[in-house]
Amino acid sequence: MAERYSSFVPGGTAWLLQRITAAFLVVVLAFHFFQLHFVNHAADVTFQGTQARMSNVGYFLTMVLFLIAGAFHGLNGVYNALVNQGLDGTPKKVVLAVLTIAGVALVVQGTYVALAMAGWT
Amino acid sequence: MSQSYNRGLVEDFGRWKEFTAGMWAWIFHKFTGWMLIGYLFTHIAVLSTAIGAAGDTAAIQAETDIYTTTIQGLEELFIVRVLEVGLLAVAVFHILNGLRLLMVDLGIGLEAQDKSFYASLILTGVITVASVPTFMKGVGF
Repeated sequence: MAERYSSFVPGGTAWLLQRITAAFLVVVLAFHFFQLHFVNHAADVTFQGTQARMSNVGYFLTMVLFLIAGAFHGLNGVYNALVNQGLDGTPKKVVLAVLTIAGVALVVQGTYVALAMAGWT
Repeated sequence: MSQSYNRGLVEDFGRWKEFTAGMWAWIFHKFTGWMLIGYLFTHIAVLSTAIGAAGDTAAIQAETDIYTTTIQGLEELFIVRVLEVGLLAVAVFHILNGLRLLMVDLGIGLEAQDKSFYASLILTGVITVASVPTFMKGVGF
């Protein structure tokens, strides 16, 4: 029987979600870069242009989902990197709590920003 | 039947001279991951200027609102453009190596995992270099 090297629990929800969000992020992150650096140049971004994009419901929902997936994938990745480095016991619980709060705050703030961009605030 | 390996403490970066392709891929993936999540927080912070800009129709029409002037002000800085190229390199590597990891997870092409790491690196380099003219437009290119 081989030792298991990964901090992820096979079959665990976080393990699966990390991979599902990965597959989603590959597509949407590539789209996001292409959209805002090649189709539109970042230097030409204006509130009007942003509002035109964000007030499209499909785009808005994609961006909010992008934010949620990115926040989860990134913070879960950070958490697992720290567990790999030997994080354990109470510090592990504290780090998990801090990362969770940071993630929720990021998603709340980001969603509010998206609503403001769309002109729905 | 699975084989058992004694890999020692892989997380000991002091052993970097012993690292093979797969270990470098692992380290680069962690490093680019840290950069990307750090950037995401910064990104949302900068875009939060949209909250202050929203509703002031006259300023938005004149493109003098705080969101437009903040972004365009940042984009005028040479260093910001250089950092954007860096961000692209980091994101492209993380995406390509991430696809490689999904393949590894699925057990596809395991015997070529070192070659796919080198391919990720080379493709990242090519895409980054090819994107420089687009990213540096208006600040010296």
